[in-house]
Amino acid sequence: MQALTTRVKPVDRRPLTFVERLYIPSILKGMMITFKHIFKKKATVNYPEEKRPFSPVFRGLHILNRDEEGRERCTACGLCAVACPAEAITMEAAERKPGEENLYREEKYAARYEINMLRCIFCGFCEEACPKDAIYLTETFAPAHYERKGFIYGKPDLLIPDPKEKQTV
Amino acid sequence: MVIDWVFIVEKLALISGVLALSLGVAMYSTWGERKVAAIIQDRRGPNRAGFMGLLQPLADGGKLFFKEEIIPTNSHRFLFILGPSVAMLVACMTSAVIPWGDVLTIAGRQIPLQVADINIGILYIFGVVSLGVYGIMLGGWASNNKFSLLASVRAASQIISYELALGLSLIALLMFTGSLSLKDIVEQQRHGLWNIVYQPLGFIIFLVCAFAECNRTPFDLPEAENELNGGYHLEYSSMKLGFYLFAEYINMFISSALMASLYFGGYSFPGMDSLGLAPNLVTILGFVALFIKILLFLFFFMWVRWTIPRFRYDQLMRLGWNIMIPLALVNMLITGAIILARQ
Repeated sequence: MQALTTRVKPVDRRPLTFVERLYIPSILKGMMITFKHIFKKKATVNYPEEKRPFSPVFRGLHILNRDEEGRERCTACGLCAVACPAEAITMEAAERKPGEENLYREEKYAARYEINMLRCIFCGFCEEACPKDAIYLTETFAPAHYERKGFIYGKPDLLIPDPKEKQTV
Repeated sequence: MVIDWVFIVEKLALISGVLALSLGVAMYSTWGERKVAAIIQDRRGPNRAGFMGLLQPLADGGKLFFKEEIIPTNSHRFLFILGPSVAMLVACMTSAVIPWGDVLTIAGRQIPLQVADINIGILYIFGVVSLGVYGIMLGGWASNNKFSLLASVRAASQIISYELALGLSLIALLMFTGSLSLKDIVEQQRHGLWNIVYQPLGFIIFLVCAFAECNRTPFDLPEAENELNGGYHLEYSSMKLGFYLFAEYINMFISSALMASLYFGGYSFPGMDSLGLAPNLVTILGFVALFIKILLFLFFFMWVRWTIPRFRYDQLMRLGWNIMIPLALVNMLITGAIILARQ
């Protein structure tokens, strides 16, 4: 029969010789291959003790930023939520009361700010959309959890520690 | 009649020692198996339970003990329980005739490190090993499951086929040594060359058949998961399953010990008699030498397992009947001819 392509390879269909039917030479060959693998570098990373290095542009968990005086930068404009393709960000805005100037930078702030880490695709669009430099993606990723609600990160999980408090400690 | 109580105590101590040793080695073989598998596949293997995962066998054993004990309604209850018990018992019985070392002298008493130096040692091993198939047969048949039954039929025919070649390869060795006592065979090798030099072909046949007898890859057709949903122990759970798995590792240990004793000088090592050390120390060193040989064989068993895929059933039978048995016969013939020519 005419071959349909030029890449046809003839297959050797001769019956096995006696030595081949003993299987021992080919078994020895295979065993040499596995023996060589004993000395190869292990592919496993011992995860909790040892971590794979991330690239500098890695996009992991989000943080909410504060300014130099420790005030929250977020003004709850909602641009991040709009930019989010996965619709993972929810927020509720509130008005700053007199006397809270040391807590919030501008007169409007996010009373509730939640990111659902199960929905989030870590694209970084929120970071790009934010006009106030309030949200950033870090180089850590979400740890495992037993329940879904553990993946909904609220303000306490997201906000970075207050730089002023750090100085006093 | 005077009962030699010291003798009884001594033998009891030896028996418990040997049993504990084989159980311990079998336990750590499971750990070793996983480590070897991992290393060959560029992984790390168990390393969470204890240092280097050394507590892993205990965790596995504990888990098996706490699993639910299931006996299928339509199984033959008595035989169902008998199956794993027979497998375990037979696996442990073989260790009785293996010489674990030379003679220890404690307080003027000569204590041979062998439970029973019977003059038909090898014959005894053969008898006991052929009982081993009953454990698998009974378990597979009593489960009243067609996959288990198929697996046990496979196991039976495989073990019977390979036992022939195993026996024939040993006959050549026995013609050469002229003794059925394992102690005599080891002593001969201590004062001469190891039997592997005289019987290389016989050793290879013995090795292949030992793999088949232990149901190890590439001959693990009775446990072919992809065709039989798990094999003859499909219906077993809890420690009864543990017994089957354990019996396999004890069998591996014992056949390693046997191969070391028959072909690799057992507890003897080169230069053993010219060290000039105390006899007791030499005996202990001899035991260590035997143990190292056994460990090397165990590693070999695992190395093969993680290299070769399973045979097809017709390949297995053809290898047994068309190749191994004729080869063993030829080996016997050559040995006979050489013995005749030497006289």
